[in-house]
Amino acid sequence: MGVTGEGPEDREPRAEPAGEGLVLQRLREQFGDALRDVRVSHHEITILLGVQDLVRVCRYLKDDADLAFDFLSSVTGVDRLRLPENSPRFEVVYHLYSIQFKRRVRLKVRVHEGEAVPSVIGVWESANWHEREIFDLFGVPFEGHPDLRRILMPDDWEGHPLRKDYPVEASPKWWEEEPA
Amino acid sequence: MTVARTMTLNMGPQHPSTHGVLRLVLELDGEVVVRCEPHIGYLHTGIEKGLENKRYQQGIPLTDRLDYLAPLSNNLAYVLAIEKALGIEPPERAQTIRVLLTELTRIKSHLVWLGTHAMDVGAMSVFLYCFREREQILDMYEAVSGQRLMSSYFRVGGLLADLPPGFEGKVQAFLTTFPARVAEYEALLTQNPLWRQRTVGIGTIRAADAVALGVSGPALRACGVAYDVRKTHPYCGYERYQFEVPIGKVGDVYERYIIRIAEMRQSHRIAIQALQRLAPGPINVADPKLIPPPKQLLKTSMEALIHHFKLYSEGFTVPAGEVYQTIESPKGELGVYLVSDGSNRPYRVHYRAPSFVNLQALPRMVEGRLVADVIAVIGSLDIVLGEIDR
Repeated sequence: MGVTGEGPEDREPRAEPAGEGLVLQRLREQFGDALRDVRVSHHEITILLGVQDLVRVCRYLKDDADLAFDFLSSVTGVDRLRLPENSPRFEVVYHLYSIQFKRRVRLKVRVHEGEAVPSVIGVWESANWHEREIFDLFGVPFEGHPDLRRILMPDDWEGHPLRKDYPVEASPKWWEEEPA
Repeated sequence: MTVARTMTLNMGPQHPSTHGVLRLVLELDGEVVVRCEPHIGYLHTGIEKGLENKRYQQGIPLTDRLDYLAPLSNNLAYVLAIEKALGIEPPERAQTIRVLLTELTRIKSHLVWLGTHAMDVGAMSVFLYCFREREQILDMYEAVSGQRLMSSYFRVGGLLADLPPGFEGKVQAFLTTFPARVAEYEALLTQNPLWRQRTVGIGTIRAADAVALGVSGPALRACGVAYDVRKTHPYCGYERYQFEVPIGKVGDVYERYIIRIAEMRQSHRIAIQALQRLAPGPINVADPKLIPPPKQLLKTSMEALIHHFKLYSEGFTVPAGEVYQTIESPKGELGVYLVSDGSNRPYRVHYRAPSFVNLQALPRMVEGRLVADVIAVIGSLDIVLGEIDR
């Protein structure tokens, strides 16, 4: 067993804006037009991609030695139904982290109802359950997912609870229909 | 006629060593696990949906119920995310109290883990020792918030209330005795041949696999990856505290035990520093739109009455946008993704629950090993189903 980072003095510096700049610079060089929208707020980079570019951008971010986004923090969904601008309706949000460079980046893709998002399991194994959760709670399918089924709700549940048009207090139909 | 070689065994959801309502479907060849498939969702309570329908301040008690062994860590991640979106920073004293209490929370969470994990593996008495100390920390929770478990003590912009008189003395008394207590736990387990037989070399995972599977917290650090949010992205002023991040090499059940024991010592060290830093001062930001006015002012000040009324009927609004805030919870990287549409309720809140992601690595750790090892490995992952199922 060893220790690391004794005391605050030899703590490595936090990710500088220069580091954030590097991520954007590299992505612009490599993908250019594929980046549909780039925003930096609260020192967080957000990049909106088209679904067709998602997997190759992810693979690049993970494999490039200067970026090395090896850790997929989380994948989640947002139903944009009640936002002022709401088409396409669903947004899938990826939070990537580089353990080596201590940097974060957020990727997003937007899809219409029923449209599939390519799975990123091939890039990060941990995407498996995250994608199942989005499929379960938002009803967004993932193309190429080896085991796409509900994860939190019962298998025969109807509807997707985190959609904005799903009522907060729905009648528990599922329980009433259970045979006595 | 063909004879089936394997047998399917349902472990859980009502099994004491699955730590809540985890269900594992195990395919066994004799006593060897061929395949392990976790089934979750038995504790799904729709907390993320609930948060969308509550005003920001009202959501805090819901977050307690995620990882119910470390309620203050969940509170902290939520209020930090909102504070980040609002662009405010609470005063020094509030930050120090937050650090002090979340480190005590880490100790408390690790104590439940150690007690239950040891009991699963067959060492009954450790549980009794751990719960003795946990009781003292619950008393501190009660002293600050009136609640022993779901304390909801942190608020956007500061704290529910200042520390009660005599609180520092109580913490000091606990911190004085605690190192000897940790030595007691270690005396029971660390060199115990039975404990070592059940844990050394069990549930090993390589660092590369752990990173690919998104494992964080003590389970990742046991494989030798020094990822601790308190060091990499300090919050609440963690950069000003002296502490080490213990890391391991092999990443087996035994090392996860060693790491968490070492973390309890480091938390103790941080708590002592926090206690020394504690200086008098305000505990809330000076913004009447966020913090309710003192009760006695309501009788004399019209303005205070208006602020009070607005705050409890409408709450406050958060500028439209999105933030992702991470903290190091006792279980690992706890992240809150908050989307605001500019109203007084969050548009979307996602909790990146460390237990949810860590549990995904379980099949990798147990397949090819004995059924009895599954129990030891689940214990060593320190999962809480409250935050897995949300």
